[in-house]
Amino acid sequence: MTRLAVPKTYKLYIGGKFPRSESGRVYEIRSHGGDFLANAAKASRKDARDAVVAARSALGGWAGATAYNRGQVLYRIAELLEGRRVQFIDEIVQTEGVTTAAASAQVDEAIDRWVWYAGWADKYVQVAGNANPVSGPYFNISVPEPTGVVAIIAPQSGGSLLGLVSAVAPALVAGNTVVVVANETMPLSAVSLGEVLATSDVPGGVVNILTGSPAEMAPWLASHADVNAIDLVGAGDLDWVHLQIDAAETLTRVLQPENGPDAASPSLARIVAFTETKTIWHTKGLI
Amino acid sequence: MTSSQSAMAQLDTGERALALLGGEATDANLRRYLHGIPGIDAVGLEQRAADLGSRSVKTSSKKWALDKIISLIDLTTLEGADTPGKVRSLVGKALTPDPGDPACPRVAAVCVYGDLVPIAVEALGSSHAAGSATGINVAAVATAFPSGRASLAVKLADVGDAVTAGADEIDMVIDRGAFLSGRFGQVYDEIVAVKEACKRADGSYAHLKVILETGELNTYDNVRRASWLAILAGGDFIKTSTGKMAPAATLPVTLSMLEVVRDWKRLTGARVGVKPAGGIRTSKDAIKYIVTVAETVGEEWLTPSLFRFGASSLLNDVLMQRQKMTTGHYSGPDYVTID
Repeated sequence: MTRLAVPKTYKLYIGGKFPRSESGRVYEIRSHGGDFLANAAKASRKDARDAVVAARSALGGWAGATAYNRGQVLYRIAELLEGRRVQFIDEIVQTEGVTTAAASAQVDEAIDRWVWYAGWADKYVQVAGNANPVSGPYFNISVPEPTGVVAIIAPQSGGSLLGLVSAVAPALVAGNTVVVVANETMPLSAVSLGEVLATSDVPGGVVNILTGSPAEMAPWLASHADVNAIDLVGAGDLDWVHLQIDAAETLTRVLQPENGPDAASPSLARIVAFTETKTIWHTKGLI
Repeated sequence: MTSSQSAMAQLDTGERALALLGGEATDANLRRYLHGIPGIDAVGLEQRAADLGSRSVKTSSKKWALDKIISLIDLTTLEGADTPGKVRSLVGKALTPDPGDPACPRVAAVCVYGDLVPIAVEALGSSHAAGSATGINVAAVATAFPSGRASLAVKLADVGDAVTAGADEIDMVIDRGAFLSGRFGQVYDEIVAVKEACKRADGSYAHLKVILETGELNTYDNVRRASWLAILAGGDFIKTSTGKMAPAATLPVTLSMLEVVRDWKRLTGARVGVKPAGGIRTSKDAIKYIVTVAETVGEEWLTPSLFRFGASSLLNDVLMQRQKMTTGHYSGPDYVTID
């Protein structure tokens, strides 16, 4: 007996919930060969705005969590990714048209990268911070602090899962909250990552995933006064010069687009890019 | 105006109540009258409110609505931790809601506890309305707000103090306990007494807003009865809630109160104001109320003397929306004050 397949209509991931797009729009996700796979929500600028509100309200809790705790929570995501390996591999094979071996390698690398970044959570401050030399009876200390809400245009080419993880994980390490616009044509990995995050220990709103057109949403995120930093890593095909200009209007930190397979390669610099250094002095004890 | 309406318009509040009730405002007469009012179709009311809330208000209409909302706000601080400094900064915000935009309208009033009225009056200085049509009013909550559990003498002293200190408007709470146990006469007499306590030395009256605390009245029918009762007793405004308990103002409750106000206008030709308070935090919500007012009692009600929002955090959201309309990009909490 033949069976009618049940194609999914995926939703967005905002504030720990899975809402439909406010606009009600969806678009088709097609396999590498052009077959219909599923529908994804086509987020509008208002969804982006809602996501920023969710990210802002989640910031206090996430930035305020201890570095050790953040590391544990991030590591737990890697554990859950491992548990869903088969699903991710399957989706990557379908959307990217690569071999199972290549897809498997990509998922492994994404998980490893997540673990690598998770480890930095309680270590990057020691490297990026400093006890400054002073000629007086006090300490002078520089510590990096999370910058706030980070908007990310995920890489639009290359591995769909690896690109997303490479962009999102470093922003989370320091305690920022994230609004990420997923790979437009291959959003399945992002949608599944949303499902992973929803069942992990990450508080709702810390990561918000929008599927749809980066060209449509990026200008609104770049000019949004409540976005503290924007990572344009996947905005290479957009009018990113204007995005930078818009971002500058509201004093938003900008990371430039990167292309090629090494886009958003793992580095401490990506963590530190989303921090602000606070320098304080403190009296020495009166011994 | 119909002949019965013009006859009603000739009477003062007390005589009007007598004529409508067909006798003194006793428990029995009030009960007969208030229970004679047709009941509310709760499903229909909620559906109507939801329908009015689904209107799309965009671009120039939205801009108009946002400015209108600001001019209708009673900017409120009613915390136990209020200080003179907090009230002064509240007044500063009332005078200049958006320092970056001189075209931004001012709010209608500041609403504070009675003991802080002198501070608010002093901080307002020449911008204090004090009975004139321009400027900002000072509203004071009184009568043992928010519970209303005090003797009548204490409540009246509370009101008298605030009026003497320069309050232009008094927000009183009704005795919900008495209302719910059917002692309508007591509630009526209290409102009448408080109204009298609003009398200033020069013979004029401070505006009286009667808080029904609809969250404690349980049914829409009770809300409608309490609205009639408050209007019969001479309240200038009927206000939904203290903001101290949930649920506070909801759209259906406000709609039902607006319907009473509309009916009162038809009956007597007199206009009574409505003030939803508590729980209105976003421009989106506030615009729903604006639509409801315009559709129920007419646009003429969208004036500070007939409609107010009791709110504190609403103003910031409206300002951010306003900034969005002016600058073309989304604004953030960094661009408005922390209250």
